[in-house]
Amino acid sequence: MSGLAMPKPDDATMRRRDEIVADMRIIVPGEGVVDAANAMRAFESDGLTAYRQLPLVVVLPETVAQVSRVLKYCNDRNIRVVPRGSGTSLSGGALPLEDAVLLVMSRFNRILEIDFPNRVVVVQPGVTNLGITTAVEQEGFYYAPDPSSQIACSIGGNVAENSGGVHCLKYGLTANNVLGIEMVLMNGEVVRLGGSHLDAEGYDLLGVMTGSEGLLGVVTEVTVRILKKPETARALLIGFPTSEQGGQCVADIIGAGIIPGGMEMMDRPAIHAAEDFVHAGYPLDVEALLIVELDGPGVEVDHLITAVEAIAIRNGSTTCRISQSEQERLSFWAGRKAAFPAVGRISPDYYCMDGTIPRKELPRVLAGMRELSEKYGLGVANVFHAGDGNLHPLILYDANVPGELDKAESFGADILRLCVKVGGVLTGEHGVGVEKRDLMPEMFNQIDLDQQMRVKCAFDPNHLLNPGKVFPQLRRCAELGRMHISGGKLPFPDIPRF
Amino acid sequence: MTTFTPTTSDEVLSTVAWAVAEESPLEILGHGSKRGIGRPLQTEHTLDLSKLTGVTLYEPAELVLSAKAGTPLAEIERLLAENGQQLAFEPMDYGPLLGGEPGKGTIGGVLAANLSGPRRLKAGAARDHILGINVVSGRGEAFKSGGRVVKNVTGYDMSKLMANSWGTLAVFTDVTFKVLPAAETEVTLAIRGLLDDAAASAMALALGCSAEVSSAAHLPERIAARVAGGTLGSDAATLLRVEGFGPSVAYRIAALKTLFANAGPLQEISGEASRLIWRDVRDIRPFADGSEKPVWRVSMTPSQGHQMVLTLRMQAAVSAFYDWQGGLVWLRMEEGDPEAALLRGLLRKHGGGHATLVRAAPAHRAAVPVFEPQAPHLAALSARLKAEFDPKAILNPGRMAPGVGSATLGIAT
Ligand SMILES: Cc1cc2nc3c(=O)[nH]c(=O)nc-3n(C[C@H](O)[C@H](O)[C@H](O)COP(=O)(O)OP(=O)(O)OC[C@H]3O[C@@H](n4cnc5c(N)ncnc54)[C@H](O)[C@@H]3O)c2cc1C
Ligand SMILES: Cc1cc2nc3c(=O)[nH]c(=O)nc-3n(C[C@H](O)[C@H](O)[C@H](O)COP(=O)(O)OP(=O)(O)OC[C@H]3O[C@@H](n4cnc5c(N)ncnc54)[C@H](O)[C@@H]3O)c2cc1C
Repeated sequence: MSGLAMPKPDDATMRRRDEIVADMRIIVPGEGVVDAANAMRAFESDGLTAYRQLPLVVVLPETVAQVSRVLKYCNDRNIRVVPRGSGTSLSGGALPLEDAVLLVMSRFNRILEIDFPNRVVVVQPGVTNLGITTAVEQEGFYYAPDPSSQIACSIGGNVAENSGGVHCLKYGLTANNVLGIEMVLMNGEVVRLGGSHLDAEGYDLLGVMTGSEGLLGVVTEVTVRILKKPETARALLIGFPTSEQGGQCVADIIGAGIIPGGMEMMDRPAIHAAEDFVHAGYPLDVEALLIVELDGPGVEVDHLITAVEAIAIRNGSTTCRISQSEQERLSFWAGRKAAFPAVGRISPDYYCMDGTIPRKELPRVLAGMRELSEKYGLGVANVFHAGDGNLHPLILYDANVPGELDKAESFGADILRLCVKVGGVLTGEHGVGVEKRDLMPEMFNQIDLDQQMRVKCAFDPNHLLNPGKVFPQLRRCAELGRMHISGGKLPFPDIPRF
Repeated sequence: MTTFTPTTSDEVLSTVAWAVAEESPLEILGHGSKRGIGRPLQTEHTLDLSKLTGVTLYEPAELVLSAKAGTPLAEIERLLAENGQQLAFEPMDYGPLLGGEPGKGTIGGVLAANLSGPRRLKAGAARDHILGINVVSGRGEAFKSGGRVVKNVTGYDMSKLMANSWGTLAVFTDVTFKVLPAAETEVTLAIRGLLDDAAASAMALALGCSAEVSSAAHLPERIAARVAGGTLGSDAATLLRVEGFGPSVAYRIAALKTLFANAGPLQEISGEASRLIWRDVRDIRPFADGSEKPVWRVSMTPSQGHQMVLTLRMQAAVSAFYDWQGGLVWLRMEEGDPEAALLRGLLRKHGGGHATLVRAAPAHRAAVPVFEPQAPHLAALSARLKAEFDPKAILNPGRMAPGVGSATLGIAT
């Protein structure tokens, strides 16, 4: 976008483009190097389509040795690299840079090992999220984190974004379900973290890699935990006259010691858009609609359904339907799952936000959003991972109306500021990327950001891997390493010491 | 030797800043409950966090708790229990094994050591529940990471990086954890009399069925007698824990009984008796013998655990028991020598993992790499990371690996 400053392209690299392309063809022979502009178009943006940029060249390696050689080659020559999985990121994490090699991991698409006794699967990073479940479901297993993009997004991208999904409330995020990775550092070194055992022997580098948005290393192998599918699942569809009542119902369910398999909320505009689109039978006279899914053995699900129903009634629900069949359960979800395209029908464009808030702040944040909506003159529909406080406001705008995209972006930024103000964060699962990069100072001061950049320095001291993402301002590692020592005066003479 | 005992975060900051300016290393102390672990330190000064205490935020409905890092774990667990909640990762207590008092330890130490317990299999470790931190780095700077919400990918997850850092990257002043409802009911099914290999198969079968087993341990013959005051008797016991709402637990236990109808004698243990067993498994009670015989904690591929022990037995006298479906092996070396090279060599041959020497006489702890040595590229990366947080090696120098300088962190000798 106009306002977004990306790192200035490096002239030397731009001049040597032909030579670099030729060298890439030597490292990755065959079809793996794409340099024609029309062929590179397919890679010019990720899921955040407002931002587009052709890369220097697209490289699709097939082996770890190739990844290592590409990275070492680029490191030695000061060439930037942007890793990419399936390109579904909603924050521009995989946005190419004009002077950077776009390293596309989609040919790493093999499942390497399925180990049922130890309940682990080892895959290459280009395997899709759903591909893992597909590979093990004949034995009744599945991989729990389930982003809505699961048919397309890669597990490598999931690791880079620490992706979540509806099931993460009960079963954890990517970070809690990945046991190990192999990665290649910018200098070409191959490092393995974890494996089919638990926890790290030293620093938890796997924990930092998860959610590092392709800035620290290129993931070339992933070991995940698989789980046995629950015996049954049933859902409740509950409508409330106010979002406060819906929010209180969520709090009371958790307060009763119940952690549902999924707990999603929609506001009035989202309910209407979804109902118009898929005719799921959603009530149209409510302000908040809650879908609560309970999974486990039949007796447990029945027991909890009764408990949740009682809590809903106590909180003044005006409708409460309980799924009596698998078909009905799926129909409850149909509207929620189609919420994004449904909103796409009522507005030429929409912009999906991703803040997280303490759940109890929901009414305040929804009220704030209504005010902002009036201020900007743009509509907003909300879908909400209610159990863990992760909001997805969808801002409605029309890109063909001059100025509306900018307005939508300012609206979005204000929503995220509001999330931070009430004790929440800028992004729950979509990542910072380029989209929220310049908002990072809303949450972190310069010392916080500097220390994060120092982590980057340990992995990639020349800022060559995915620069321009996550951090609003890049500071050189040598400068970050300097110590400012205030002098050796004994602290707090009155601290007890003995 | 000076011991600093700050009571506020600002005092922690100025103490560390002073130590940085003086280039005078600090030993970071919670309660001293895990002092037997890691390489012995020789620092001039000590930073004692046991007075930096207090729960600063607890909202049961939001499943979140924040506390000053020196707050006793016991106090936090008591508060949670009053509200029917818990730290689901079940942090273990090294006190009994290391000859200290049970029930000590600070919440900061829980994160620094990435503690967990038998429920690790299903619920994760401290790393999986930490939401946010405020810390002081070895640069003498206070910084924060994360927040108080579960879903958060804003910036690198520095909180996880602090898990298992043993006070060598930063001093924590505040920590925020996700908390969860405590299970209403718990029942343990014990299969008696299995040999190690049959037990490994049984545990794999149990974890691979939909009974949602939250913990699976195997106590070989005689070891079984050393938990819960001997109530289990001495026959080998393969323990499967099921937790949740009453009707669900009953149903799942019944399913397991059907599954294991022909495996061996079955025994059902519920409520307090079950809790006692798992507490003792968690706290390595079978080896809490008051001795200094080396004890190893080995994390490895579950199905490989008993096979490695079998091979090890041909070359050394060891006692062993298994948690985490067999993937956590506790070993006591009966002849007094840690046999580090032998054990770690076998571990590599059995799928890899890591072995930590959690108890040994001081001489052995000084001579043997206490933490699993890392492969060269990984060790170098860890050392670079240490230098980015603590360039002057002020914090617990040498705790995780030999050498005071950061450059040697994690590298085998
Ligand atoms: C319709 C739709 C619905 C979505 N729903 C959800 C949802 O429910 N929950 C959710 O969390 N997200 C959701 N997303 C966002 C997106 O799908 C996830 O962030 C996903 O994990 C991205 O995976 P990818 O393979 O497409 O990665 P890409 O978009 O290609 O890349 C994302 C980031 O990961 C890095 N990266 C990719 N592969 C590697 C690798 N091998 N090594 C190192 N870095 C790498 C890239 O550099 C980039 O920074 C949705 C997106 C869409 C379009
Ligand atoms: C007289 C004496 C003898 C000692 N002998 C030995 C010895 O033989 N071997 C040996 O290994 N050590 C020895 N130590 C040092 C011992 O390791 C420390 O007591 C240890 O650092 C204390 O951790 P803890 O038991 O309080 O455990 P915990 O409080 O549970 O802490 C465990 C780990 O977490 C770190 N930690 C705790 N709180 C924080 C926080 N807020 N921020 C960051 N990190 C934190 C600690 O540094 C430690 O690494 C000795 C210390 C003394 C005073």
